[in-house]
Amino acid sequence: MSRESTLVGRTRARPGAFGFLTDTTLCIGCKACEVACKQWNQLPMDDFGFTGMSYDNTGDLGATTWRHVAFIERVADREGRRPTRLQPFQSNWLMLSDVCKHCVNAGCMEACPTGAIIRTEFDTVVIQQDICNGCGYCVPACPFGVPALSPLDGKAHKCTLCYDRLKDGLEPACSKACPTDAIQFGPVHALMDRAKARVAELRAQGVEAQIYGDEALGGTGGIGGLNAFFILTAPPEVYNLPAAPELPQRRVLPAFLTTALAALALGLATLVTFWRSKEVRHD
Amino acid sequence: MPGLGARLGRGGATTTLASLAESDCIVIMGSNMAENHPVGFRFVVKARQRGARVIHVDPRFSRTSALADLHVPIRPGSDLVFLGALVNYVLNSERWNSDPFFREYVLHYTNASVIVSPDFRDTEDLAGVFSGYDPQQRWYDPSSWQYAGRVQPLEGERWPCRPRIEPERDPTLQHPNCALQVVKRHFARYTPEIVEQACGVPRDLFVEVAETILANSGRDRTTAFCYAVAWTQHTIGTQIISCCALLQLLLGNIGRPGGGILALRGHATIQGSTDIPTLFDLLPGYLKMPRAIPQHATLADYFAHERPATGLWYDMPKFLISLLKAWYGDAATPENDFAYELLPKIGGDYSFQSILTMMKDGIIKGLFVMGMNPAVGGQNARLARQALANLDWLVVRDVHEIETASFWYDAPEVRSGEVRPQDIKTEVFFLPAAIAAEKDGTFTNTHRLVQWHDKAVDPPGDARSEAHFVFHLGRRLKELYAGDDSPAGRQIAALTWDYPTVGPHQEPDLMAVAREVSGYRVSDGRPVAGFHELADDGSTACGCWIYSGIVTPEGEHRAKRRRGDDRASLDWGFAWPANRRILYNRASADPQGRPWSERKKWIWWDPEQQRWVGYDVPDFPATKPPDYQSPPDARGLDAHPGTAPFIMMLDGQGWLFVPLGLLDGPLPTHYEPWETPVTNPLYPEQPRSPVAPVFLRPDNPYHEIGDPRYPYVITTYRLTEHHTAGGMSRWVPWLAELQPAGFVEISPELARELGISTGDWVVVETARGCAEARALVTERVQPLVIAGRTVHVIGMPWHFGFGGLATGGIANELAALVEDPNSLIHEAKSFTCTIRKGRLREEVGR
Repeated sequence: MSRESTLVGRTRARPGAFGFLTDTTLCIGCKACEVACKQWNQLPMDDFGFTGMSYDNTGDLGATTWRHVAFIERVADREGRRPTRLQPFQSNWLMLSDVCKHCVNAGCMEACPTGAIIRTEFDTVVIQQDICNGCGYCVPACPFGVPALSPLDGKAHKCTLCYDRLKDGLEPACSKACPTDAIQFGPVHALMDRAKARVAELRAQGVEAQIYGDEALGGTGGIGGLNAFFILTAPPEVYNLPAAPELPQRRVLPAFLTTALAALALGLATLVTFWRSKEVRHD
Repeated sequence: MPGLGARLGRGGATTTLASLAESDCIVIMGSNMAENHPVGFRFVVKARQRGARVIHVDPRFSRTSALADLHVPIRPGSDLVFLGALVNYVLNSERWNSDPFFREYVLHYTNASVIVSPDFRDTEDLAGVFSGYDPQQRWYDPSSWQYAGRVQPLEGERWPCRPRIEPERDPTLQHPNCALQVVKRHFARYTPEIVEQACGVPRDLFVEVAETILANSGRDRTTAFCYAVAWTQHTIGTQIISCCALLQLLLGNIGRPGGGILALRGHATIQGSTDIPTLFDLLPGYLKMPRAIPQHATLADYFAHERPATGLWYDMPKFLISLLKAWYGDAATPENDFAYELLPKIGGDYSFQSILTMMKDGIIKGLFVMGMNPAVGGQNARLARQALANLDWLVVRDVHEIETASFWYDAPEVRSGEVRPQDIKTEVFFLPAAIAAEKDGTFTNTHRLVQWHDKAVDPPGDARSEAHFVFHLGRRLKELYAGDDSPAGRQIAALTWDYPTVGPHQEPDLMAVAREVSGYRVSDGRPVAGFHELADDGSTACGCWIYSGIVTPEGEHRAKRRRGDDRASLDWGFAWPANRRILYNRASADPQGRPWSERKKWIWWDPEQQRWVGYDVPDFPATKPPDYQSPPDARGLDAHPGTAPFIMMLDGQGWLFVPLGLLDGPLPTHYEPWETPVTNPLYPEQPRSPVAPVFLRPDNPYHEIGDPRYPYVITTYRLTEHHTAGGMSRWVPWLAELQPAGFVEISPELARELGISTGDWVVVETARGCAEARALVTERVQPLVIAGRTVHVIGMPWHFGFGGLATGGIANELAALVEDPNSLIHEAKSFTCTIRKGRLREEVGR
């Protein structure tokens, strides 16, 4: 897998934008981020139960889970042999703390008909709870499946990047709680520089690391980059992340044009058919 | 604790978490550090980022393994074979024998050159036991383990002490009975081939580990070991830890930055609870609790038998008498031996497992349970609950109604109708407790660092701090016993118990407690600057000498300091003793007092100032020059030369051979766990520890070695998401949802054999009991080939119980009461079991 071409680290994040760098290679899957998020934001527990999906029992991001740690076991090879010599940093049991990506161009925001979803002064994307009417348009508009309607109040919820904490000059609860600095908070452009250096360092040690969330990977399709981006060591699909997401809105114009074209073609075909049947009758 | 103490002088971690960041190689063994010490693990990650090698030796591939460079799967209970083989490999390696660093360190800083008594016989000569073994009593007479040499009695002491020992030495290290040669012979059998046979670790993998450790030890590089209770909880736990100390001494890694042994404690302030102990056989500061024996009859008797002539423990009278002054105040006078007579004397074994059986047998009638959940956390948990059910009264203080408080109406045996609540006569008092954020106080963390925490919110309702409860209980007892002239009444009446109280709930003033712990001059109450100011004439009082100086003479609590830096961070909290961060740090310099290397400098001798200087507080007399030679009649630390880093030891040296202090032998020896599917490949005649305390009683049956009914090895452990027996996590929705149900981890290989899939209900069974759980089939667990046959390992977290939100079968229901002879710690990391698909009782709902 040659990823040289993907190490571009280009993002259209606005100057002054803040975000997360989540470096999976440093993550120990402790879920402190998940708990710190729920505690700060006073989110209730999810549907409760043993899933059997490795150590992941909360399943997915949702209306009441805004940080979610995914566990992917890739321990043995095809013959069932367990590895002993491991690649540096996280390997074989992958753990990723997923979060809202705070897209540079956010599908959810564009789809929101009430203006409840706004872009803050930190360039983060926040759903204003007093305006959201629970229409749910943002839900399918997100290529990452982040916003969700809560059965408790019927409204859409997702990570606010701790807007209230940022207003008070504090870093978000998850990054504050992370013991290994796998979650780093800061200005997106500075984080991107750090990510590029880290990926270069990892590759020098033979780790096939890559940035997920620049314009080449993860921030594709008109998204323009993710303000909350990741360092991964496996293809994004392994972590249940789309390899080439795109803004759903980008499909509107082509769909409209295609539809128009199709209508035109059908109309013409109808006309031609009628014309020809007339001719046939003349015959 | 005795594992490190017997060889190095103190049971505490020799290094700090932050110092791990300076390691060149970190071996994590007997610990799942990333999961159970995630905050401390940040320094392992830091070290890795600086290029260190991280090795995880563990039966399971855990979250720690995921961040390691090397995962070495090992059979539970075979750790000592692995460590012993490392010792053997190192001693016979070319590097160790050619690099002068190792010889210089070992010759000067350890007892390698001491000649051992010719009466000593090794396990290699006596088919698995040392000389002095009494098979009837199942204990050792250690008199043949002594040094060859001269014993010099001392006269003219203010307080008596033991005679001074002057051993014979061979500085060439060639004498067949010098400690190094004895060690070398003892471990000769611990070969890579035996490792493969006993541990299931392939030879080449073992050699890679050994070579990596060797390459990262020396003048310019250091290797650290991190261990936790997966070394402790074995019948040979102390010897496993002690073997690591032996290895690190040989490699010259003790007392140096990035080296050492990090004893990762079970949970918050466990270190503190042994320093100022909740243990039955210790007084604060590791002073031995007096026993009801003639040798401890009077204070003078106690010193005559416990006080050594050499080393820091020579100052024992200062520490003990200051403690008696702190506890008994004006009632402690020179005329009455400072009220020594009032100290309770131990008449037997009152360790946790023993008191469980005593409760069940009706000997103990009442119990206070604080910060513990024995109905779930006790070994042989069913026996533990039967013990609770046989009490007259039980006081449980906790933040939730834990199983120990609810067992009488909610335990599995009650739910099934086997036991009826009305037949349980125990009167249970459940009192709500405040958690850390609801009270002021300190934590003593894993590397002896004391840190203050402020109260953030008031505790809800009637919840109160432990300090509140204990203080007011004591106050009321004093009222109750006023004028009572019985021994118990006099003990309670004499206690100083006059802490001022603050706030609407009359919480005791913790600063007053801290001042007492730290020590003060009796005449005017001025805090002492440290234990060097304590006296043995009753003019000072000190509640715990190793914490002395935590309150400064100006009245500042040093645990409140929060100024960190890149080195020792001396102004961040307070580390006992005397704020020393790396213990035995005299060894960070060579015998002449120069740093071993620029990269690994820590403290060194400054000839200009004529004192030890550096980044840390010297764990050594500050002005004792490196070339100091002790006069023949010197006492205490003056009897140690200027090259003796281990100030608590008699001779100031790290002990490769331990002539006294360990009950199961002077050298680490592998014995199989009490329950094992295989025989001992090293000593077939002596498969199990010859001196492990066993509880032979019908309610605690053991499995025979290789019992076909219990073919699998089971190991129990914890998860990041839960806290010990669950009292602080299983009732908390945010934590409970992360690991909502009890489960067992089994390999796909075993799952296929038994037809089990992930999510299935399974029942794990031993002769003690059964536990029901969900199956988690994972490649992270693997069968091992031991001596040509496949041994399956089952992993089971022990957090779960029948109360709270996250419930599950109790893993400790399966474990037996059986102990390490030194620490009296149970064996929960390796025993045998069987497992089947299905449920315990079909009628039980989902």
